[in-house]
Amino acid sequence: MTDLHLTIDESTADERAAVAAVLAADDAVVVHETERVVRSGMARRKQRRNLLLPALHALQAEIGWISPGGLNHVCDVLQVAPAEAYGVATFYELFRTDDPGHDESVVHVCMDTSCHIAGAEAFAQSLEADGKRVHRGPCLGQCERAPAQFVQGRGVPDHVPADEPTVAAPGSYVLPQQGSPDLRLLRRVGVVDPTSLASYREHGGYAAIEKALAIGPDAVIGEIRAAGLTGRGGANFPTAIKWRGVADEVGRPKHVIANCDESEPGTFKDRIVMEQDPFAVIEGLTLAGLTVGAERGWIYIRGEYPLATARLAGAVEQARTAGLLGDDVMGSGKRFDIEIRRGAGAYICGEETALMESIEGFRGEPRNKPPFPSTHGLFGEPTVINNPETLLNASFIVLSGADAYRFAGTEKSPGTRLFCVSGHVAQPGLYEVSMGVTLGELIELAGGRTGTTRAILMGGAAGGFVGADQLDLRLTAEDTYAAGTTLGSGVVTLFDDTVDFTALLIRIAEFFRNESCGQCVPCRVGTTRQHEVLVEMRERGSLSDERNLLIDDMATAMADASICGLGHTAAGAVQSAIALGLIGGRQ
Amino acid sequence: MTQPNNDKVVPGTTLSEVSVRVDGTDVTVPEGGTVLDACTAHGVDTPTICYAENLTPVNACRVCVVEVEGNRTLVPSCSRPAEDGMVISTDSERVRHSRRMVLEFLGTSTDLSEAPQINEWSKQYGADTSRYVEGGETISEPVKVQDNLYIRDYDKCVLCYKCVDACGEEAQFTFAIAMSGRGMGNRISTEFDVTLPDSACVYCGNCIGVCPTNALQFKTEFDLRQAGEWREDEQTVTRTVCSYCGVGCNLELHVQDNQIVKVTSPADHEVTHGHLCVKGRFGWQYV
Repeated sequence: MTDLHLTIDESTADERAAVAAVLAADDAVVVHETERVVRSGMARRKQRRNLLLPALHALQAEIGWISPGGLNHVCDVLQVAPAEAYGVATFYELFRTDDPGHDESVVHVCMDTSCHIAGAEAFAQSLEADGKRVHRGPCLGQCERAPAQFVQGRGVPDHVPADEPTVAAPGSYVLPQQGSPDLRLLRRVGVVDPTSLASYREHGGYAAIEKALAIGPDAVIGEIRAAGLTGRGGANFPTAIKWRGVADEVGRPKHVIANCDESEPGTFKDRIVMEQDPFAVIEGLTLAGLTVGAERGWIYIRGEYPLATARLAGAVEQARTAGLLGDDVMGSGKRFDIEIRRGAGAYICGEETALMESIEGFRGEPRNKPPFPSTHGLFGEPTVINNPETLLNASFIVLSGADAYRFAGTEKSPGTRLFCVSGHVAQPGLYEVSMGVTLGELIELAGGRTGTTRAILMGGAAGGFVGADQLDLRLTAEDTYAAGTTLGSGVVTLFDDTVDFTALLIRIAEFFRNESCGQCVPCRVGTTRQHEVLVEMRERGSLSDERNLLIDDMATAMADASICGLGHTAAGAVQSAIALGLIGGRQ
Repeated sequence: MTQPNNDKVVPGTTLSEVSVRVDGTDVTVPEGGTVLDACTAHGVDTPTICYAENLTPVNACRVCVVEVEGNRTLVPSCSRPAEDGMVISTDSERVRHSRRMVLEFLGTSTDLSEAPQINEWSKQYGADTSRYVEGGETISEPVKVQDNLYIRDYDKCVLCYKCVDACGEEAQFTFAIAMSGRGMGNRISTEFDVTLPDSACVYCGNCIGVCPTNALQFKTEFDLRQAGEWREDEQTVTRTVCSYCGVGCNLELHVQDNQIVKVTSPADHEVTHGHLCVKGRFGWQYV
């Protein structure tokens, strides 16, 4: 390694102790000889760089910021150049690199879609009036209980006040559909004790792994293919193709990743699954690992999900103790273990290659594809990456078979789907329905609309609005595609006619401006200029023809020329809002 | 497709070519070549900003995008490997549109006054920066003059990553600078923005060598420009071999009024690929 040339700033004993604690915990399992693939002109061997993110978390938690001395210490221990480590630290919302000048907790308040219309700004001001340190930020994944807050703790662990009831009484969670025989993926939520492996096994846990070990990997993938499972993160990619591709790779270490970084405004489905049925996520990831021949599993979870993180960590620990993870999973002779990595506030890290960069200890900048993760994934090695909902589906398919799976859903969109219903609806929450039910039926299930619905946001900020006349829209990939919208990550957010859509869309545009990683020009500048046009529109009252042309031109370039899905979809909500006459003055 | 000439095949390797179609014409490039190579082979002039022949492509600027049949979005030609049978359009309305928008975006956010090549493309593609909201966000900070060798004017920075990569794994392995921040807040920076003398910088100047917009420039050039005495058209460029050690790096001495005003190195040089060290780059005072 090069001479790091650290500055003269020195770390404190507390900072060193905090870093040592996380590195000691991880050291035993993480030693990677890695070769960076993104800009891969020359091989760059890294052994412990992937511990950079946990180490920065430790510094941030210890003194509320990442100091020059603390950064020097981490760079020295991990042999990372300080300029690069600084670049990583400044990338994430939950890290700060200037002294906050106080030692209080910081309350993050969500300003996005559902919270926006639920009085987020007034809520933030009331917290400030109470003397709290408030940070206004992006969606916190608690849309069913808007307005949402997340407390980044000083002297206390990070926590979410609304989690207190389920922390006090694990297993007491109540879904809106609680007790319904139709529940498939959510059948254990509110039924099992999420802190107990014994409880999970009593309710059928690990039966899928037992069956998978009995029938073998090829049969598992064959069953998933026959079931027609596609990814539930938004891209709808056939899961069997991903798994087959990685299973066919030989001679290199492989990885499976649970993408638990759901950050799409309006999305909270994986959070509830992870909090209330964490062993199901562990089982699903183990199933993926055993099937494709990966020995290393990773859970990358967004930093604003402290309870889900704690429950998954507890589940991993119990599974390891019980021999469900480790050198001989369930006596199969196969090795598989899971490591949890916590994100630090970056929507872009839900993009699969950005997520991998983040785990490796780099800035969460998406890679250009191809090559795809199935051949060049984490650490440049073959990788399967799925979100929790997809993994739960895989377990169900193995357990019940493709035919039973296809009992729900349509020919082209088989199975059930989790929907995150929020906004102006009687009973916001997480719902599981067969694919093919209509938008209106889903909304009725959620207690019906409140007020006079003006528009419905499908798929989150990266999706688009549909009008209230679309209640007959069947919720399948093919029907939504034909209607020019998307299921995305299962977001259905309702807005009544009292909503100031101009303010809402300015916020959505601001979200993309803030969350663009800035790597490519179309997205970095395009999201900024789009936001500026909308702010000007508010002052002028409408969009001129020139401005309409500009905003369309920018949308086309972002969709056509950006590197990743963030840029490709960053204009979707604005474009659909203009088309529906929600903004822009072309009623 | 052209058949490989087996006489020239080195044992254990294969020599093969791929055949693609560029704007309706069949073009052949060696296997491993890029779409950009195919375009160049066909004689198409493709604008590039973040690409350089002596660096691995990062495909961040997106001005080199082309249309490839079967791809939902446009494709960065600089980094996409050419594949047999690819059908490429380099001058479709879609391609021209995205290139124009990238150039407009850069024009609205960056001081391109010392980037004549980019300005030429902007004209060619009809980029109109006047149609944007006035007072939009730009990088706006004072020029960093921290030593007598070179300056950093980040108002001119297009965030192409070239300097970062030249400082890092592509040439120097010093890692004194990296991308920091996020989105429009992105800046090329040392740790905590410490000055260059306090950083790991070894003053090889390879970052200056790859900068496409003069955001990084010799202090000598900066001072002459400030004084209104920078006259590029009167300068002569003399190629010579660096006299400090035995490597044999080639230098291009830029001379104005009988004074060396800056030093570059040819990117196609087989030993150094355009990269130098502090002695070759800045040690000319003895001349």
